[in-house]
Formats: sequence, structure tokens, C-alpha cells
Amino acid sequence: MIVYIVLIPLLSSLLTPILGLINRKTGFFVTLINAILTFTIIIYSTRKVYIYGPERYFFGGFEPPYGIEYVLDGLNSVIILIIAFIYLLSVLYSKKSLEKEIEQKRISLFYCIMNLYFTGILGIAITGDIFNLYVFIEIASLSAYTLIAMGLKRESLMASYNYLIIGTIGATFVLIGIGYIFMATGSLNMADLKLRLPSLYHSKMVRTGFTFLTLGLMLKLALFPLHIWLPNAYTYSPSTISALLAGTGTKVSAYALIRILYSVFTIDFDVNIIPFSKIFIFLSLIAIVMGSLLALAQKNLKKMLAYSSIGQIGYITLGISLANESALQGSIIHIFNHSLMKTALFFIAGGFFYKQGIENIQDLKGIARKMPLTMSLFIIAGLSLVGVPFTAGFISKWYIVIGAVESKYYIVIPVILLSSILSLVYIWRVLEISYFGESNGNEHKEELPVPLFFPAMISSVLCIFFGIYTELPVELSKRAIEILWGY
Amino acid sequence: MEYIKEFLIILVPLSGLICSLLIYIFRNEKYFKEVISVISSFCMFVFSLLVGREVISGNFLSYELFNLSPTLSIYFKADRPAVLFALVASFLWIITNFYSIEYLKGTKDKKETSFYCYFALTLFATTALAFSGNIVTTFIFYELITIFTYPLVTHKGTKEAVSAGRKYLAYLMGLSILFFLTALFLTYGITESLNFQEKGLFASYENKKLLILILFLYFFGIAKTAVIPIHHWLPTAMIAPTPVSALLHAVAVVKAGVFTLFRVLNYVFTPEIILKINGHFLLIAISSATIIIASLIALKQDNLKLRLAYSTISQLSYVVLGFSLLNKISTLAGLSHIIMHAFGKITLFFCAGAIYVQTHKTEVSQLSGIGKRMPFTMFAFAIGSLSMIGIPGFGGFVSKFLLFKGISDFGNYWLFFVLGLSTLLNASYFLPIVYKAFFEEPEKTEGHRKNLESLFLLIPVLVTALISVLLFFACSYIYDFIGDVRS
Repeated sequence: MIVYIVLIPLLSSLLTPILGLINRKTGFFVTLINAILTFTIIIYSTRKVYIYGPERYFFGGFEPPYGIEYVLDGLNSVIILIIAFIYLLSVLYSKKSLEKEIEQKRISLFYCIMNLYFTGILGIAITGDIFNLYVFIEIASLSAYTLIAMGLKRESLMASYNYLIIGTIGATFVLIGIGYIFMATGSLNMADLKLRLPSLYHSKMVRTGFTFLTLGLMLKLALFPLHIWLPNAYTYSPSTISALLAGTGTKVSAYALIRILYSVFTIDFDVNIIPFSKIFIFLSLIAIVMGSLLALAQKNLKKMLAYSSIGQIGYITLGISLANESALQGSIIHIFNHSLMKTALFFIAGGFFYKQGIENIQDLKGIARKMPLTMSLFIIAGLSLVGVPFTAGFISKWYIVIGAVESKYYIVIPVILLSSILSLVYIWRVLEISYFGESNGNEHKEELPVPLFFPAMISSVLCIFFGIYTELPVELSKRAIEILWGY
Repeated sequence: MEYIKEFLIILVPLSGLICSLLIYIFRNEKYFKEVISVISSFCMFVFSLLVGREVISGNFLSYELFNLSPTLSIYFKADRPAVLFALVASFLWIITNFYSIEYLKGTKDKKETSFYCYFALTLFATTALAFSGNIVTTFIFYELITIFTYPLVTHKGTKEAVSAGRKYLAYLMGLSILFFLTALFLTYGITESLNFQEKGLFASYENKKLLILILFLYFFGIAKTAVIPIHHWLPTAMIAPTPVSALLHAVAVVKAGVFTLFRVLNYVFTPEIILKINGHFLLIAISSATIIIASLIALKQDNLKLRLAYSTISQLSYVVLGFSLLNKISTLAGLSHIIMHAFGKITLFFCAGAIYVQTHKTEVSQLSGIGKRMPFTMFAFAIGSLSMIGIPGFGGFVSKFLLFKGISDFGNYWLFFVLGLSTLLNASYFLPIVYKAFFEEPEKTEGHRKNLESLFLLIPVLVTALISVLLFFACSYIYDFIGDVRS
């Protein structure tokens, strides 16, 4: 069953351009059907995983460690669930939004590549083979470069090119890392590696491999000093793609990092044998502060959100590198929550562009009076980003801080709180301008059209929902932790 | 009945929440807002009374709303101080409702819906804070009060109001996130518990330096107490409509601050521990400095509301001083000053509002002869002032007297001097207003209408004034009710 999770997007990606020759409009419907179908299958198989335990699929019937294996367990089911959900929302959003943001003759090609991207990220999440992981990283990255380049602005091409260069370096690092590990162990299967690696922990080859692998993933993840590609890529791509990339791209890399750190290597290796944990806690803290500070300095709304993503990624890596239960749980919940809120914010930012052509924060003056409902969604998602109680962001930050307190890293507390205040400031700046700014011209109400409003509404309402009904993300992440900690 | 008893405790805050929802849903109905506000304030008061009855008869009321994780539960618990605070807030809400009807009409306010909505929401958060059973719940509702009052502070929507709002958020939210939350996490890190307990949380913890740090983090994180280095938000918040200043910035918000401090000093720490670590000296020093300095600043203010605001800062420090003297009598003095000051100060604010509505005068120097045109209002003002000064026969005397007794128990006699000087200062900034109103001739340019009082503005003023007199005679009931706080 689980092979269909990758197969359906791949097939529909082939189908889209062919049907697009007949009629351009078919692209959207094929993609939508694909998204719904995949999402349903994922819900079904996730449920199955929860009842019967991990599900495995051997490609071509070759059993691991020789063949390629797909695994669905407690950890990656959370990730593919949120990915598929965000993808579904983005597809719904895309139809109307793309009208103004790409050339219409390319629309079926656009959907083709979007499906390919979907294939890539699902593949990263579901594969149980590290070489296969690299292949899917490349699929996802190459299609992301293309999607960004399809934006109509001149800067889109430059952003895509920058991402291409840095992304390729990252992917190459991953490949080199995999090569070293394969040289040392002779195996590519994750479960098999977990058994073989511990005896080789002191070999330099394994350590070098580990370093390359994590560095490559950090590049893909846009951890602070390696983030240069991200702001422009998010800012100058079509709104749908900004939302999709922000919600899924970095998240899936974060998942891959968790998988490598805790499921291929072990916590003992990360914490005791090499000082991974210590180094990356401080890098993450720097990312958290710098992301928020840089976001504060931005004039362009989407760019501000992009820099805020860099800060939020810092939270995720912080939770990962603290290497204790609560923090890692917080990290997984934050992957989940941050996908929802950042997607909502990018949806709304795209909506402002669609309706009013607004890109800069200064031009938002008085927009809350024109679009009160849309703005209230922005408030919800924005406050969730800050981490106000009863929003999703609060829960994940809470777990991460509690994790830090439990492992006695008290330095984390002021940093996280400081960054919360900074994010309050940059979100509040937008709210203040939009509510109290003097707008020039007419002020009659015009909300977003339904196809744009609906996905934004769903994702931001869920930010509140998961802030109050926390059982689902907490329970899902608890299962994920059980897989990693191996009980 | 037993079933209802379980929910009784959350019905108190809930009546505020439901009120605001109803107001928002039926925002287009005429007179609905006023009626529903009055009804829900009555409900809130009655529910508080019922909770009080249960508490007196010795039943333990508690309710756990969510339990997100062992560290994060929203938990409510009723005890005598909580009931007292809820009763005061809800009773004054009833009176303020009557007052606001006429006030909003008089000032031709257009944003009635948002006014009533956020007002009810603030009361919801305030009563929820009163009944909070652990630090997390307290913190959450502490933050919510700030968020809900922000729209009331910026109600006018002018540039001034916006910058006042910014200051308001910066102080209240910024400090609470930076310090209060840090203290909360440190408390959790040390004790692994966040519930308020009679025997405190730090009973078996020895590190004095860290405990002092935590105590100060709490003290400066709770900026709603408005002690001197962190008081700037209160005068700037006076830009809000008068009912807001009256109920929220003299009763609900600031009292929520001192109440939180009360909880921290008595149920997180205990007087014994604070005495052991010598943490109380700074608290006493700061609060006595605030008492004097704020009174001195109040002397200089020509704007009536600002003078009242600085008087509030000074009076709040009486409460803080009472709590930080750490003996039974002084704690009792602090708690009873919450009530006495509430009734006295709300009278004064109501008078200031009535004067503004009828004559558009805001400065003290313009008030010459106003007593001839608004005799009853100014009569009530005189009563309020006398109660604030602490003349026998008025409520304010009772708590001041207790505070004197608390000081003599504590044994630090220079504090007598502080209180004496402050009484003198109180008299010298309140009595000139009364003198001006009754004994000075009005300016000649004014209109011919003789009596400017409107019944709806007058009745609430007289009621609160009357109660502040009655409180002097009823003080023994209050002592009986509060009883031994720490039993």
C-alpha cells in the first residue's frame, strides 16, 4: 500500500503535461485528484501504522539490505500527513493565485513539476534507504528550482539560480556523506546501518561521512549561516510555491536530519562521541535570534516571513540537537505547527498581492479595514508564530523550553523568550500598520475570493485548534519519539 | 446540583467569554450589547457569590480544563483571596456597565461593539486569573489580559493612542515574557512542579542566590503591579476611555498584577523562604520608594486622569508593601487594600469621566467652581479622596491602619515615616481639587446651564462612593471572610 504514496504523485506528474496538450485546465484537476487521493491513502496507512505498527515495502521484492525499502512508522507518518495536507491546501490555493503569477501557457508544466516536487518530498519522508534519500532530495530540489524560476519577476531567475548552486552543494555533500558511510559499512539500508554502525563509531570515515551528511542537510534546511538561498527563493516565487516550500521543503529536510541522527546513528554517537549536540545547540540559538532580527529589518512582507522561517527552523534544530525526549517531541510538533502557520501567512501575503498588488509592509496601510476577515486570519497565524498561549506555536515552544530546562541548558530560556519578543515586534508592526495606518483612497470592503480565502482560513484556524486540542500532535509526536528511542 | 458545583468555578470567567461572543454575534442589534453586558456582569457576580458560599462552607472547588502534558495544565482552584478578587471585579463590572452606557453616548463613540466585547473579555481573563491554580494558568491569563486590553487602550485609533498601545505592550508583554516566563521555567527546572502550594515549591531547595534571582525575575516580570521602574505603561494607558481607566486600570488589570504577586510570594515561595534568603528588603525598598515618588509625581500632574493614575501607582505599592512585609496582618492589609482602593479609585475615575462628558474638561486647573454645577459628582469625589487619603470613617483607613500594625509587627519603624509622608502627599494632591471645585469661582466664559449632572453617570458614582464609606463599618466581615490567609 505505502508505495502508492510515492507512485500516485509520480504518475500524475507524467499525466499532467500529456493531458495538458489537450486542455490546459486539466492540469489543476489532475493535481487536485492526486492530492486528495494521496492524502486519503496517507490517512488510511497512518491509521494502519498506529494500529498494527510500522509497515514496510520492498522494491521489486528484493529484501533489504540489498533492495530498496520503504518504511512507514510513527515518525514519518506525522511528516507525510502534514506534507500532504499542506500540499492539498496549496493546490486548492493555486488555481486562482496562479492566474496572475505565471504565464498561462506554462500552467500544465507548472503542475507537472509541482507533482514531481510532491513525489520528491514524500519520497524523502518515506524511504528507508539512504541512497534513495539522496535521489529524492535531488528530485525535490530540482523541481523546486524550476518552480521558483517560473515566477514572473526578474529576480525569480536569480533566486532560483542561487538556490540551484547552494542546493547542489548541499546535495553533493549528502552524496559524499552517503559514499563514506557506504565505504565503511557496505550497506545503504537505514535499519541495517543502525545495526552495523555502532562498532564503527570511532572510524574516521564514518565520522567524516556523518559530518558531510549533516552539513548537506543543514544547507537544505537553511540553518542560519547556510540560509542565504532561502529568503529570495521564498520571496520571488509564486505565492503558492512560497507557501508550499515554507510548509514542506525545510520541514522534510528537518525530518531527514532527525532520521539520520537518531535512526541511522544513535543518540550516544550524537551526544557523547562527537559534540554534535553542543555545537548545534549554539548554532540553533544564533539562528533563532538572527532570523528574528533580520525579519525585523525587512520591508517586503514575504521576505519578512522568510526570515522568520529561518528563526523558526532554529527552534526545530534546537529541539533536535538538545537530544532529549521533550525537546525532540517539541521539535516534531513544531515541524507540524510551523508548517500550518507559515503556510497560512504566505497564503495571506499572496492574497494581498493578488487583490491589491501589495508586496511591501508599508503599503499595507489601512488594509485591515478593507479586508477585516483576511487580516484576522493573519493575526491568528501571526500570534501563533509568536507563541501566544492557546495557539499552536505555544505548545511546541513550551515543549522545547521544557526540554532545555530538563537537560539544564538554561541559556536557551532567555534566547527563546527574546526571540519571541522580537517576533511579536515584527508581527505587531504589520498589524499596527494595517489597522491604524491612514489608507489613501477608497475603503470599501473586498475580501479575498473564496479559493484563496478557504485554504488560508483552514490553516490558520487549525493554528488555534491545535493550540487548544493538542492531543493529536502531542500523541503523534509521542509515537514518533517511541520509534526513535526504541521502546 | 453536585454536577453543577464542579463547573461553578469556570462559570465565573465563562460568563465574560460568552458575553463577548454574544455581543459579537448580535453586533447589529440595538441596545443588545448594553443589556447582555449588564446581564452577564450580574451572572458573573452571582457565580462568584456561589463559589464564595462553597468556599466558606469548606468545600474544595477545582476544575482542570486541559491537561496537555504533566507540565502544562489549565487548572482552576477556588480559595478565599481568589473569591474576594473575583467578587470585587465582577461587582464593579456591573456598575461600570451602567456608567459606560451613558459615557459612550456622551462621547458619541462609534466603536461600541469592540468596546463591550473586549471589556467582557478582559473580565473573563481577570476572573480566570483569580481562580488560577498553577503558575502556567496564571501566566496565560496574565498575558490574555494584556492582549484583550490593548484594543481598549488604542480605542481612539489616533497616533497617540497607537504609540501608547505600543508602550503598553512593550512593558506588560515584553517584561512578562522576558522575566516572568524565565522565572517560570527556572521554577520548573528546579522543582518540576508548577502548582501553587501552601508550603511553597522551594521548601527543600538550598541555593540562595538562584532563589533570589527567581524572586526578582517574578517581581520585575509582573509589570502590572506598576512599581516604579516599570510603571510607565499605566499613565500612558490613560488615553483609553474613562470606563476602561476606571475599571481596568484601577481595578482589574493592576489588581491582577498584585494578585499574581500575592500568589508568587505566598504559594510559590513562602514568607519563611523569602525571609531566609533576605529577598524582602528589595521589595520593601522598591515599594516604599514607589509610594513616595509616585505621589510626588502626582502632585505635579495637571491632567486629572494622569494625577489619578500616579495616585494608583502609589496606592498599588501599599498593596505590594503589605505583601512584602510577609506577616499575616500585613498580607491581610494588602488584600483588603485591594478592595478599598478599588472602590475609592473607581469613584474618582467615574467623577473624572463625568466631568469630561459634561464639560470636556480634563485638567485640574480648569475645575474651578465645578462643584456648583456638578454638586453630587464632586461630593462623591470628595468621599473618594478622603478614602484614598485614609481618613477614619472611610474604607481606605482600614487597610492603612492594618498596614501600620503590619509594620510594627515587622519591626522596621522607618516605614511609618513613609506611610505618614504619603498620607500627607495624598491629601495635598486630592484636597486642592475638592477645594477648587467647591470654593473657587468659575470662569466667566462658561455656559448658563446650572446643573450638568446626568442620572446614569451620577448613580454609579454615588453607589461606589457610598460603598467606600460602608466598607469602613463592614471591615470586620471582610476580615472574617479572608480570615487567616495561610490556613
